Amino acid sequence: MTISHTPRRDEYEIELVPFTEQPVERSLPLATRLWQQGWLRKTLILIALALVWELVAHLQNNDLLLPSFSQTAQALFNGLASGELLVKAGVSLKVLLQGYAIGIVLAFALTTLAVSTQFGRDLLSTFTAMLNPLPAIALLPLALLWFGLGQSSLIFVLVHSVLWPLALSTYAGFLGVSETQRMAGRNYGLKGPRFVALILVPAALPSILSGLKVSWAFAWRTLIAAELVFGASSGQGGLGWYIYQNRNELYTDNVFAGLTVVIVIGLLVENLVFNGLERITVKRWGMQR
Amino acid sequence: MNALNPHPGLSSATPASLAPPALLEVDRVSLEYRTRERIVRATHEVSFEVDPGDRFILLGPSGCGKSTLLKAVAGFLKPEDGEMRLAGQTIEGPGADRIVVFQEFDQLLPWKTVKQNVMFPLPASGSLGKSEAAERAELYLEKVGLAAFMNAYPHTLSGGMKARVAIARALAMQPKILLMDEPFAALDALTRRKMQEELLELWQEIRFTLLFVTHSIEEALVVGNRILLLSPHPGRVRAEINSDAFDLHSSGSIAFQNAAQRIHRLLFNEQAPDAIQDFSFQDIRLSY
Repeated sequence: MTISHTPRRDEYEIELVPFTEQPVERSLPLATRLWQQGWLRKTLILIALALVWELVAHLQNNDLLLPSFSQTAQALFNGLASGELLVKAGVSLKVLLQGYAIGIVLAFALTTLAVSTQFGRDLLSTFTAMLNPLPAIALLPLALLWFGLGQSSLIFVLVHSVLWPLALSTYAGFLGVSETQRMAGRNYGLKGPRFVALILVPAALPSILSGLKVSWAFAWRTLIAAELVFGASSGQGGLGWYIYQNRNELYTDNVFAGLTVVIVIGLLVENLVFNGLERITVKRWGMQR
Repeated sequence: MNALNPHPGLSSATPASLAPPALLEVDRVSLEYRTRERIVRATHEVSFEVDPGDRFILLGPSGCGKSTLLKAVAGFLKPEDGEMRLAGQTIEGPGADRIVVFQEFDQLLPWKTVKQNVMFPLPASGSLGKSEAAERAELYLEKVGLAAFMNAYPHTLSGGMKARVAIARALAMQPKILLMDEPFAALDALTRRKMQEELLELWQEIRFTLLFVTHSIEEALVVGNRILLLSPHPGRVRAEINSDAFDLHSSGSIAFQNAAQRIHRLLFNEQAPDAIQDFSFQDIRLSY
């Protein structure tokens, strides 16, 4: 280690004065800032879709098969103005929320059991392996037999469609909580349900939220399909029934209006409820980008 | 005797019989952990005692079970043999009288702000009311220089700041003993030095008892006043060394270099430079 290499260049020092030549921060141009607005980009996508729809409908020129966007908008407006669509949507949403809520409660009970005991783990894995692949709609005939023609059978299939996917993703989220966070929680004397509520649930919130999203979509899908299959329950039909009825009477524009309401509710829930929840929780906490 | 002695009255001249009982007694503790195929002995009959106000370092190469030992003191795992007592009480499980500062940055709860992170364990362990907890959190955050970041979320902080929050959170609990598991190992060298300095300043101010795990000889000499050297596979006590003479400003001194070399020799079983080499390195390894 006796290699010596004398540098060829002189040493130097610079006295630094405060940096004032130009601002340290600059704002982005207006167009870039606008393009960063998610709602604006999504609205543009929707407008493009509507234009394509209008164009294709005009080329097709058959109202029975494919009503144009403007006709659908008209039918939608009429349905909303007369209140019929709103009532149908209300009926569907009421059943949906009941099934969704029961499903969430059961999923949390099952996963809490699964993280605390070996038996609960076996129970959860066996049940989800058996029942998760079973389409909810396939249970409908059985549900009708057990609970009769009414909301109870709808709620039964809804719970089935919510429970398993939500339980699976919640459990996966619990398993993914880092050992350090678990130890930190235990270090402060947290145990049992308080440990689950104060450490595991918030730490697993990204998975839980994605489970809630998936199961919301499953539930919505199942409900519309169930209403299409067995129609009105106790004289009160939901959106699925509205679609089915109008198809029978060949009011295709009303069918499209009904579908539009299904889609709009889906978009609203996704963008307002779930994105809002994500924004004030996991995104704010830096757990999700 | 020296400036860092926590008990000026308790010098080495004090007869052992008059000395107050140790705060933490680790008595012939053997620890094992289980993998799928085998049971591994992490430490074998390790004994040491930590006095109040000590900055006690567990130092050893990787595989000497120092982190496992710290986790056992924290109560996360049970010793296979032997006993650990904190202030006379046998350690049974995790508890708020022994707070751990981990190496990992995710020890802070990402869903709570800096202040909430420091506050959260206070009412959770039932020691304080909410407003008192908030006051105490602010006090300790000021002590670590983070008063301006109370309402920030952890993911917006740098590594050094996260480590400071974790230290503030631990100190705010006012534990009987503070356990640190390589708390600065994930930091860059400059930040690490700064954190060591701040830790020593905090100790000067509060005089907490510290059990500190590290694999860096320099860090051990700077941070600690007593160092326990552990040998690897399984961890056994190799030596105990007093290092209260050294601080951050003595790291270039000859005494410091000699102490570092002595520790290095002890850890890696090397002969002293002037000793006669009558058997080879491999023989020493076999003699384990």
